[in-house]
Amino acid sequence: MMLLHAAVLLPLLFTIFVPLLYKAFPKLHTGWAVLAVPVVLFVFFVMQIPGQMNGGSAQSAAIPWIPALDISFALVLDGLSLLFALLITGIGALVVLYSISYLSRDKEAIHRFYVYLLLFMGAMLGVVLSDNLIVLYGFWELTSLSSFLLIAFWYKRDRSRYGALKSMLITVAGGFAMLGGFVLLYVMGGTFSIRELVAGLDGFSGDALFVPAMLLVLLGAFTKSAQFPFHIWLPDAMEAPTPVSAYLHSATMVKAGLYLVARMSPVFAGEAVWFWLVSGVGLATLLWGSYCAVRQTDLKAVLAYSTISQLGLIMSLLGIGSAAAHQGMAEDAVAAYAGAIAAALFHLFNHATFKGTLFMVVGIVDHETGTRDLRRLGGLMALMPVTFALALVASFSMAGIPPFNGFLSKEMFFTGALKAAELSLFGVPGWSALFPIIAWAASVFTFIYCMIVVFKTFAGRFKAEALDHKPHEAPLLMLVPPAVLASLVIVVGLFPGLVAGSLIEPALAAVLPAQADAYHVKITMWHGWTTELFMTIGVVAVGIALFLTLRYWQGIYALLPGRLTFNRVYDGLLRVLDRGSLFLTGRYMTGSLRHYLIYIFAFMIGLLGWMMLRLDVLGGGSPVYAELSFYEVVLVAVIVLAALAVPLAASRLTAILLTGAVGYIVSLLFVVLRAPDLALTQLIVETVSVTLFLLCFYHLPKLRKEMAPLPFKLGNALISVGVGLVVTTIALVVSGARKFDSISDFFIAQSYELAGGRNMVNVILVDFRGFDTLLEIMVLGIASLGIYALIKLRLADGEGGERLENK
Amino acid sequence: MEVLLCIAAGMLFTVGTYLILAKSLLRIALGTSLISHGVHLLLLTMAGVKRGAPPLLGEEAQAYTDPLPQALILTSIVISFGVTSFFFVLAYRAYKELGTDDMEQLRGQGDE
Repeated sequence: MMLLHAAVLLPLLFTIFVPLLYKAFPKLHTGWAVLAVPVVLFVFFVMQIPGQMNGGSAQSAAIPWIPALDISFALVLDGLSLLFALLITGIGALVVLYSISYLSRDKEAIHRFYVYLLLFMGAMLGVVLSDNLIVLYGFWELTSLSSFLLIAFWYKRDRSRYGALKSMLITVAGGFAMLGGFVLLYVMGGTFSIRELVAGLDGFSGDALFVPAMLLVLLGAFTKSAQFPFHIWLPDAMEAPTPVSAYLHSATMVKAGLYLVARMSPVFAGEAVWFWLVSGVGLATLLWGSYCAVRQTDLKAVLAYSTISQLGLIMSLLGIGSAAAHQGMAEDAVAAYAGAIAAALFHLFNHATFKGTLFMVVGIVDHETGTRDLRRLGGLMALMPVTFALALVASFSMAGIPPFNGFLSKEMFFTGALKAAELSLFGVPGWSALFPIIAWAASVFTFIYCMIVVFKTFAGRFKAEALDHKPHEAPLLMLVPPAVLASLVIVVGLFPGLVAGSLIEPALAAVLPAQADAYHVKITMWHGWTTELFMTIGVVAVGIALFLTLRYWQGIYALLPGRLTFNRVYDGLLRVLDRGSLFLTGRYMTGSLRHYLIYIFAFMIGLLGWMMLRLDVLGGGSPVYAELSFYEVVLVAVIVLAALAVPLAASRLTAILLTGAVGYIVSLLFVVLRAPDLALTQLIVETVSVTLFLLCFYHLPKLRKEMAPLPFKLGNALISVGVGLVVTTIALVVSGARKFDSISDFFIAQSYELAGGRNMVNVILVDFRGFDTLLEIMVLGIASLGIYALIKLRLADGEGGERLENK
Repeated sequence: MEVLLCIAAGMLFTVGTYLILAKSLLRIALGTSLISHGVHLLLLTMAGVKRGAPPLLGEEAQAYTDPLPQALILTSIVISFGVTSFFFVLAYRAYKELGTDDMEQLRGQGDE
């Protein structure tokens, strides 16, 4: 079914037309044209619902991409993907509609905004529909990238750039870890397809790489979904325009990590590590996020921390529910744990509805009053009644108060937490009693900040003096999207059966394929006088009491976390990396040629010396050496003495002449060693070189005595002796051991036959290996041109530079 | 004979390295030319020395010295001559422009 591919690619391809439409129709707000994309996709995905209900099979389609690497653009639509795809397209449509009145065409670069947004939408659809892990990873990084671009939409603000960079660094670091996990899964399972991995699970679930792969995949999921302690990027991402915050940072992108955990559950859920990590990190995030949300004074910051905490709630439910996959449990226990997964999916849906509403409400408040600061807001109830009603519905739902949908999912959450408390099958039974306690405490904090959002903004005294202009109700168009979401909150709250059978159950079947038959999702508003209900009553009672006494106990936030925040750790880490690498580079990249040469020589001595010691090269073999005559000994002795005298020479003339002497004696040696051509060339080259030396050094300063301290000279001497020893040893070893005959017999035999020359060296130079000579001539030519250019061309001084420019 | 030549090449390398590590550009230039002498001697020694007549067919000898390393050295002499002369002129120009031949003073700035 290629329609799925078209669905993923439609938003990506439409980005091409957005700038064209923006330029072509200056009167039209580009958002209206963009709106068609998510609406069409939403209708398409709604039409897929009947096919997925009642145990419908997953639809799949694949286009080969890189078959040699087992990478195909494979998409699968099952219940879980469908739930996410509906959220992405549905809320995407509402957000586009909302942004039409939120972003002004005259003041903002809205074409960029919609390009990024559509890019994100396509990437997100790709993430939830991909079956191939590598394709999933590609779309995953595209969501990070488009989120980065959207957070920094107002790129002239420092805070926006800081927030964008932070979210990029954290989510991409997690993405890399996740890629590592995927590759490990491929190494074990032999396929990148998620469904084939699940099918072949028995073959590799005991592998030593299984738990590392799980940890890496979880790292990706935790960073993306802002789980403790990687949650710090989300509050800073609130510098994005509010529609972006509503869409990316509450409803969709931050749920990509939850999607990944749910999607990989069939692979990993049987492991105890998975259970403890997912539910433990989820609970920590839940508690910490709800605790921190209460102290915030910026409305969007409250919502950011509340998102973190709700994501933690869903994550912990996914963790608790993974116990259902554990082998050897009673059937009713399996059903109860499967209920936790159902709760997770249900709350995931509910959170998207009420958090989307809340962000849009905050955007309206910001738009109409010019501030989001809770200390300046208050008493807006009479001025903005519709907005107030929407905020009330969404907040109460988030707090878990009937008759809204948040109440239902919170009850199911308590059920799951209580069920987890009975758990002893993964060892450490005592700790699981913490689950309901943490869940309850976090719910109390959740209740408090929900009340803060509503009552600090809309109730109390109206502070006209703190606001720039008199606020009034938002335009109708701006109220429609949050109103749609809020009505969903109420409808789903009153009739949960609407989504339970159509969306949650197929999604549950995808997360727990083996246990799907054991559990059917039934969500009812009233389920008797249960423990969960009493817990909720307790939450409300304690929450009201604490909210009313907020100012008396708010002081604890100064003590905890105080200075120990994770933002400081992040900032400190960046600073340490920055300064540390600068310091390290500054230490060894000194700019001194001598230091670099010392590194090179020391490395050479170390590597070659170590290898020679290891291989014990000096032993064995009895090489046959040529006989030695007195005359040659004298020549070599003169060479060595002349060379040794060069560093000791007091004047430059002596040094040059000594070097020249070495060259001349070398040419004498060439005579002795029967190399007439070499001797000739060496003689001429040495003469020219010495002349050139003298010519150049006529202009150079007098040779100064090396006024360096003794350690300097000793160090140099040590290194040079080391180099000499290494070279001598290698030369001795190599010259003594000849493994095979030279190919020169051919040259000797054929020099006259083939080339018609008697001087073998010259024949080799111009005939057998004439190509070397050609390039050697080129080297000389380049060197002479370079010398000419060096002497003639002068850009720095006025005269020469002008002459060059005039030509 | 080969042992002696190996030691001589090693000595040339030692002195050349010592000169290259010095501060003065002049010493560095002399060091490079000493090292190239050492390399040429090594190349010749590695093929075995004095195993026959010079590589000229007119000699009518039983055996000839290996001609291949001689061709290689000839190429190498010419190339190192080209590079060395370029280096001299570069040193000369650097001194004319910058007024020093001390490598420590020719270091880059701290922020580079």
